[in-house]
Amino acid sequence: MAEVVVKVENLKKYFPLRRSVVEFLRGSPPRSVKAVDDISFEIHRGEVFALAGESGCGKTTTGRLIVKLLEPTSGKIYFNGTDVTTLSREEEKEYRKKAQIIFQDPYGSLNPRFRVYNVLEEPLILQGIGETKSEREELIIRALESVRMVPPEEFLGRFPHQLSGGQRQRVAIARALILNPEFIVADEPVSMLDLSIRAEILNLMEDVKKRFGLTYLYITHDLSTARYFSDRIAIMYLGKIVELADSDTLVENPLHPYTKALIAAVPEPEPSMKDVIKEIPIKGEVPSAANVPPGCRFHPRCPYRFEPCDKEEPPFIEVEPGHWVACHLYSKR
Amino acid sequence: MPLLEVRNLKAYYLTSRGPVKAVDNVSFDLERGESLGLAGESGCGKSTLGFSLINLLPPPGKIVDGSIKIDGIEVVGKPDEELRREVRWKKISMIFQGAMNALNPVLTIGDQLSEPLIYHQGVSKVEATERVKEHLELVGLDPDIYKRYPHELSGGMKQRAVIAMALLEHPDVIIADEPTTALDVIVQAQILNLLKSLKKKLNLSIIFISHDLAVISEIADRLAIMYAGEIVEIGPSENLYLNPRHPYTQKLLGAIPRLKKKVERLEFIPGAPPNLIHPPSGCRFHPRCPYRFEPCDKEEPPFIEVEPGHYVRCHLFAKR
Repeated sequence: MAEVVVKVENLKKYFPLRRSVVEFLRGSPPRSVKAVDDISFEIHRGEVFALAGESGCGKTTTGRLIVKLLEPTSGKIYFNGTDVTTLSREEEKEYRKKAQIIFQDPYGSLNPRFRVYNVLEEPLILQGIGETKSEREELIIRALESVRMVPPEEFLGRFPHQLSGGQRQRVAIARALILNPEFIVADEPVSMLDLSIRAEILNLMEDVKKRFGLTYLYITHDLSTARYFSDRIAIMYLGKIVELADSDTLVENPLHPYTKALIAAVPEPEPSMKDVIKEIPIKGEVPSAANVPPGCRFHPRCPYRFEPCDKEEPPFIEVEPGHWVACHLYSKR
Repeated sequence: MPLLEVRNLKAYYLTSRGPVKAVDNVSFDLERGESLGLAGESGCGKSTLGFSLINLLPPPGKIVDGSIKIDGIEVVGKPDEELRREVRWKKISMIFQGAMNALNPVLTIGDQLSEPLIYHQGVSKVEATERVKEHLELVGLDPDIYKRYPHELSGGMKQRAVIAMALLEHPDVIIADEPTTALDVIVQAQILNLLKSLKKKLNLSIIFISHDLAVISEIADRLAIMYAGEIVEIGPSENLYLNPRHPYTQKLLGAIPRLKKKVERLEFIPGAPPNLIHPPSGCRFHPRCPYRFEPCDKEEPPFIEVEPGHYVRCHLFAKR
């Protein structure tokens, strides 16, 4: 069994909603958005673990919880065996060195008034790495080289607006790499980029992973890149993980009706589909996370729902070794 | 006669640093009931081409040369007043990129959809309401949506409302600029299904602009690939997807991650698209092309018909 880097246990994050005046006067209980609702998983060293799902399923919240940009409502997150939900400020600073994040939008995640040099120097200053300016510059140049921005000197003085989308995302990757982390959360790192650049950035992330022995949590809505880039995929729906398996199994033999629908909906570059109205097994759209359906939260859209689905929450069971699913269809009855 | 005939169209952005040649010498035809996919990287001019066709180029953009004939009517050089009365929305309409997020938040869906009918066509409010409801049904929405505000609708519903808006005045051609880009994959598939069924039901011609070749393959009868303001390859979808000729098309297709086929290592195109104020000499793709040879940086390649209806702008296929 591979070594576990990140272990998430019964993680929950509820965002409280403000009560309206009417609700307050009626004394109705406060409501909340259940962005992440009791999920557990492990990420092994050296693997790419993908969290995939539609917008609003809680995948980004999960990533932010793990790197401690958000505090969980309850549950535990272990990093190399240490619980990181109860760290002191000093320990937290140390943790941030090891766990980094790459954000979705390279147009928004770089300070427009910072030159590339400043973008990369800031984490070094905050962490107290590099005694002198020249030492820091050396590290910055090496980071830029590792993301293939060569010659690095040419980019140091540029502002983000002077870079293309792909170059910006490479700066964001360099910023994540510069503290020499073990683990990186990559939150939709390519979804804002052109198709032709996506492949380049994914290949680059793959290469730096090998070179620096990194582990990734890859958050995406795009199953095609998830299959290409990751070893295992977890599918989230309304705050829950509904299916988890290695990438090939998940795509070739999906079990959960939701996963099946997602896979059926992904377009393939095949012209034979152009006159066919694609059968999408599920109807409607994702309900609001403030108003989660009872029982299995997918049951209102599920074509296979039967008796227990709207009452009991399905357990997360291992159907085959390493292939987990939360669906009553696969529970023993 | 084709429904839409574009010949040698040039649309430039006239900036102080010189004209940005966003659409340069583009020609193509579109038949009634046909869909054409328009693909390329950002900045290749595909949206500019869309805006030119409907004659709504934002300044400093300007059509400097060429001809666009829609149903026999020449629209280049036609006064704006006439265009508004006779062509725009009636012959050709557009689903703008991100339009679903540009709906007016303080008007109900019904009010914003009936407005053009009342002002353009002078129909009464009652009749406009009727027609809007018909169109909402046509795009698969409950006509009661009429009374709703945009924030009450989901992304997929808003996109359907925007499609209904584009169809209100019964256009022959509809330009869809990245209509599914901000949507989740299941909703995206639903919208593509809707466009496909509308195309059949209304015998609609569609120009589908997207950077995503996988999405385009779901709908396009023909495909045009744009690079640096030019169409570099155009032809039936089957030919382009299964037997791409231009090195750029081949590279673009090689960069798509496939869900159902395992790819070991994706290709990508090194370098960036060129500056369109001073595009490269000769073939505009030559600085990034792996097959470039002697004439590529000097002569502009001709547009060559390699198979019936399949044209490529590349020296590799020129007779030597």
